[in-house]
Amino acid sequence: MSRARQDSESPERWLEEHGGALYRYALLQMRDPHRAEEAVQETLLAALESWGRFAGRSSVRTWLIGILKHKILDELRRSLREQPYGDVPDDPPEDDPAEAHFTEAGRWRAPPADWGKPEQALAQHQFWIALEQCLDTLPLRLTRLFILREVWEMQTDEICKELAITPTNLWTMLHRARLGLRNCLERRWIDGGNPER
Amino acid sequence: MLTCKETSHLVSEALDRRLSLHERVGMRLHLWMCAHCRRFETQLQLLRRALREDTRERPEPELGYADLPPEARKRLLATIAARTQPPSDSG
Repeated sequence: MSRARQDSESPERWLEEHGGALYRYALLQMRDPHRAEEAVQETLLAALESWGRFAGRSSVRTWLIGILKHKILDELRRSLREQPYGDVPDDPPEDDPAEAHFTEAGRWRAPPADWGKPEQALAQHQFWIALEQCLDTLPLRLTRLFILREVWEMQTDEICKELAITPTNLWTMLHRARLGLRNCLERRWIDGGNPER
Repeated sequence: MLTCKETSHLVSEALDRRLSLHERVGMRLHLWMCAHCRRFETQLQLLRRALREDTRERPEPELGYADLPPEARKRLLATIAARTQPPSDSG
């Protein structure tokens, strides 16, 4: 079996050049290092199979990330079949926005604080540390949807189609994720005695 | 007049879909009068920007930057090697 493989391309080389990027991408979605590693492994093996069909229209990294995304979505779909969104109460009451973030009258329990200028926020190392910690502590099911929307930049209809959920379900989850993330960030970064502010 | 809770829903959904005129007017009216919700809107926009910029623009991203652990790398190399070995003599 011949394969139109240049001398410079090989799975070992892919691993060396792109392994880190693939791993990070997977880790952001899956949180568990072993599952992330598994996703990278499946990606490299699938890439090996389909290298002959790679037409070179995109960069190798883009192509590999594309395969990885398929793997991650497959895994997410499997996990949703076991525990569908919206079928069971997803989050403990303290994470439900209605309980935690607003009074019965619909007012903020803890009104958002002033975060200062966006440019300054993004320049602070402490901001990023807090954001990463908060992404890690948000319920995983919410985080995964949030990452699909905000990092993968998938549209509503794409996500709903891939995961067989309703738009309303998706928007509710995203709302919860944003409320939770914002609240956590404020507690860790702003209230956490951030010395840079 | 919308509550803060209702407005927060719309502010969030505006990031995911086009609001109806009715929804948009209701939201904007509340935001005009409520500094808390204005901050909320600004902060959600910051979150979106942070995640997108970090992913798109930084060769060494701030978020989740964990290089492949050496043990994992070894395992992956071993898996690749096993898969790319020419078939051994079969009977």
